[in-house]
Amino acid sequence: MPSIHISLTAEKLFNIGGVFWVTNSLLTSWIVIFFLILFSLISTRNISLVPGNIQSIAEIILEGIWNLFSTILRESTKLFFPIIATYFIYIISLNWAGLLPGIGTIGLEKIEEGHQVFIPLFRAGTADLNTTLGLAIIAMLVIQVSGLKTLGTSYLKKFLNFSNPIYFFVGILELVSEFSKIISFAFRLFGNIFAGEVLLTVIAFLMPIFAPLPFMGLELFVGFIQALVFSMLTAVFLSLATAKVAH
Amino acid sequence: MDAKTIMTGLTVALGGMTPGLAIGLITAAALNSIGRNPEAANEIRTNMILGIAFAEAIAIYALVVGLIIKFV
Repeated sequence: MPSIHISLTAEKLFNIGGVFWVTNSLLTSWIVIFFLILFSLISTRNISLVPGNIQSIAEIILEGIWNLFSTILRESTKLFFPIIATYFIYIISLNWAGLLPGIGTIGLEKIEEGHQVFIPLFRAGTADLNTTLGLAIIAMLVIQVSGLKTLGTSYLKKFLNFSNPIYFFVGILELVSEFSKIISFAFRLFGNIFAGEVLLTVIAFLMPIFAPLPFMGLELFVGFIQALVFSMLTAVFLSLATAKVAH
Repeated sequence: MDAKTIMTGLTVALGGMTPGLAIGLITAAALNSIGRNPEAANEIRTNMILGIAFAEAIAIYALVVGLIIKFV
């Protein structure tokens, strides 16, 4: 009886220069990045007032994201739109790339520690904790830096406030919560996508025909919602960090 | 059945219990307010999804811990 292949971490495929290991989710991320860059280059090559086919698609996508986030960011939408839209498009592409046929099933057989193991060539980029942790750390850095930039040193008052013992402990709590946000960001995205991958594998193992279809639809929805949640939480934290404190 | 399997099941079951209740309460409150004020439906829906994401994160932590117990 064949066993189910599930690995919590991304598997190493090959290394560059003996130190830098390329994992299967890194390879998928590179392919997704390549296609995103290709799409953006093609859609912006002949920009005109009356858009062509590809330019219209790009405009529809960006306009939808703009309308969604302008209700949260309001007047600073123009400033933060590039990073928020990048997060949304990149994460949703990674999530949905993991659902393509062949991802997780095409692979190599390798001899490792005496027995044969199967290593899939592709794996969803966000199903690797390193990817989501990197995205989360960048998001929190952007939030802190933009808070410092707009409010100046008064932003630090949120964390270090000696005027009152209660405010001092609140500041410590705020400091801890900034770090817990990173972990929460990373684990939410990773957990959802990895759990979806496990679910699809198990369902396909139990009943390969027709049964995975509704779960595929569910995973499409989850991938969209998680990309939305990640970028929306970043937007909310950005607008909280750059808001003038009134108390 | 070994202890590891029971532990995995219990982790997910206990960890998923309260987030399930929380998501239900959030959605019920949001639906109530949409019923009272249908014009604000878009704004309420956005905030509802955010709240659900926070509640759901706790269940996901339990799931990740369960997966770590099972596979590591």
